Amino acid sequence: MAKFEYAPAPESRAVVDLRSSYGLFINGEFVDGTGGSFKTINPATEEHLADICEASAADVDRAVKAARTAYTRVWSRMSGADRGKYLFRIARIMQERARELAVLETLDNGKPIKESRDVDVPTAAAHFFYHAGWADKLEYAGLSPAGSPPPKPLGVVGQVVPWNFPLLMLAWKIAPALATGNTVVLKPAETTPLTALLFAEICQQADLPPGVVNIVTGAGETGQALVEHPGVDKIAFTGSTDVGKAIARSIAGTRKRATLELGGKAANIVFEDAAVDQAVEGIVNGIFFNQGHVCCAGSRLLVQESVADDVVRRLERRMKTLRLGDPLDKNTDVGAINSSAQLQRIRELTDAGEAEGATRWSAPCELPERGFWFAPTVFTDVSQTHRIATEEIFGPVLSVLTFRTPQEAVAKANNTPYGLSAGIWTEKGSRILWMADQLKAGVVWANTFNRFDPTSPFGGYKESGYGREGGRHGLEAYLQTGDEA
Amino acid sequence: MSPAKTKKAAKATAPPAPKRLDVRKTYKLYVGGAFPRSESGRSYEITDAQGKFVANAAQGSRKDIRDAVVKARAAQAGWAGATAYNRGQVLYRVGEVLEGRREQFVAEVSAGEGLTRAQAGTVVDQAIDRWVWYAGWSDKVAQVLGGLNPVAGPYFDISAPEPTGVVGVLAPQRSSLLGLVSVIAPAIVTGNTVVVITSEDRPLPAISLGEVLATSDVPGGVVNLISGRTAEMAPWLASHRDVNAIDLTGAADAVDVDWADLEVKAADNLKRVLRPAGAGGDAVEPDWSIAPDLSRIRAYLETKTVWHPKGK
Repeated sequence: MAKFEYAPAPESRAVVDLRSSYGLFINGEFVDGTGGSFKTINPATEEHLADICEASAADVDRAVKAARTAYTRVWSRMSGADRGKYLFRIARIMQERARELAVLETLDNGKPIKESRDVDVPTAAAHFFYHAGWADKLEYAGLSPAGSPPPKPLGVVGQVVPWNFPLLMLAWKIAPALATGNTVVLKPAETTPLTALLFAEICQQADLPPGVVNIVTGAGETGQALVEHPGVDKIAFTGSTDVGKAIARSIAGTRKRATLELGGKAANIVFEDAAVDQAVEGIVNGIFFNQGHVCCAGSRLLVQESVADDVVRRLERRMKTLRLGDPLDKNTDVGAINSSAQLQRIRELTDAGEAEGATRWSAPCELPERGFWFAPTVFTDVSQTHRIATEEIFGPVLSVLTFRTPQEAVAKANNTPYGLSAGIWTEKGSRILWMADQLKAGVVWANTFNRFDPTSPFGGYKESGYGREGGRHGLEAYLQTGDEA
Repeated sequence: MSPAKTKKAAKATAPPAPKRLDVRKTYKLYVGGAFPRSESGRSYEITDAQGKFVANAAQGSRKDIRDAVVKARAAQAGWAGATAYNRGQVLYRVGEVLEGRREQFVAEVSAGEGLTRAQAGTVVDQAIDRWVWYAGWSDKVAQVLGGLNPVAGPYFDISAPEPTGVVGVLAPQRSSLLGLVSVIAPAIVTGNTVVVITSEDRPLPAISLGEVLATSDVPGGVVNLISGRTAEMAPWLASHRDVNAIDLTGAADAVDVDWADLEVKAADNLKRVLRPAGAGGDAVEPDWSIAPDLSRIRAYLETKTVWHPKGK
């Protein structure tokens, strides 16, 4: 089949006004930090984008104090209706500045512009819009029994978000925290701080009271200082299971609460009666969306043995049409790996896959010379004990396993300490419902994959962490309810 | 001979009626629907509130905890897979049997907690009513805590609560029946199974509760009750990789137990932790006479969200 070629269609960078260096956003202002600084780069070109402050423990302390003051004096006293109005403003400004946010996200993260433009930014704005409406309706969230006091905020929330969806994860964290009356100190990932800093400007444009949102940039030490700060009432973290466990240990014995959205090793299960072309699209979306930098990515494909060869053949054919390259090109499907460290990790695990005997196939695409790139890759002949079948790779790497009966599919799907998500592909409705019941996963996508919505709770079972984000369920993590209020 | 004469003669010749020697109860563990002794072969002395010897309770061990977790895991899928209606019926039946054994529990609570019989009666009544209250939640939780999510797209998207799995429970130290019922019922009503370390000094109502459970159609393994030293067994329960959640309520007032240590151990597999009540680091036992809300039910639930496309 002849490949239909596209001319390059780059998105303009002119909409973004990058500063050479950025301070911390504390108490409504950009201020200098007392720590060092680090560079953030474009992972697609290794171009130096800006110098970023590394917040010290003292800077974190300043931010927490600002958040506390804003909480006590302003935000906890404000009516829910007014809090909601601020969130509506933020949602609207994000929509107005959507193109700028999308381009900046793609520059800093390496993800394709079509994803940042069509998924990350609109969904982030939708989270603010959705939660804005909750701010004055919390007594209807069903969290406190009739006759008891309405739910109350917790206070100051420390939030740490990862680099895979920098702006979207910020929205998932800040929108519910503010809607429920908390104030926040948020640390974006060290490789992707730019959209969080642009979000700080959006807070200024919205006239959000100073201190309600504070952004401290930095790496692991900054995050640790935030998590361990005694003035923080709750931690909201998205990231690796190892760090999640460390956070759970560090807050043990305190009254600090935590919600943890951690890793996953999702099974995407294809039955012989599935609509194969739809399933193949779902498999591609499930693992190659956002370069596989998705905690709920469908990284373990479980195919019924009778159709495994056909599915893999069609999958490889489909993968040959994926366009890898300039993330700012509107036709790009697969962008850059976020950092050299992450690329290293992906290479280590894929090498282990080969060494352990799995068969590797990568889409034949030309990798750019500069930047961090990894071709979409499929492993067949994978057994359950292989590292590529048990460890989270967080890259565009799919492991294919087979099964014969629905029971075997369930057993293999659940054979992991994680429990974040799963996919089911079959035209048989009763089997979908039975499988959905059996799978130990917080989100089950049937005949679709990687769907997200602010109204829909998201979160994991087992070692994929505690708590839910989104929907009525997500509010619980930011409120004291019932007799504790 | 006239009957009257016979009676008179008997009265005159019979020895004084001996005081009946009571049959004393042996308190054992309740694991997997059976009543084993501790594998360790140990027991410890239980006294009443006045310090008088009452019984030798089984002193459970690490191995007993591990055996109980195996039983709890084996029972979990079946219990969670039962219909909510069926679970409600079974739990209500427990309430019925508790009511039938009311006097026994009044005696045990009265002796162990040093309450008058009238006070103990009130506590036992509250415990029975609480169990029945929780029983009624089995077929309502999904509607109250779940529902359809109005997503912005052509999808049917529904969230429903599911049990988290096996729950470890440190039972309250003081309230030996009302507190015990208040921590077990909310965990199992949704389909979790439990391994309970009973009150160290007041374990007797727990083992009697086991007898009630064993005769109430509750499948073996759904509730497992281990008496013994909380400080000795709790770390094994908290660090067990096949336990999904832990209730640290009983760490309050337990001898040599620091709940922070247990919470650190629970982080090994990211167990869901229900912390003891109380401000700061001081754990206190809650006032069990207060009517509960859904928080203890919610603590052991996961929300599962299922998406499916809608279309013609």
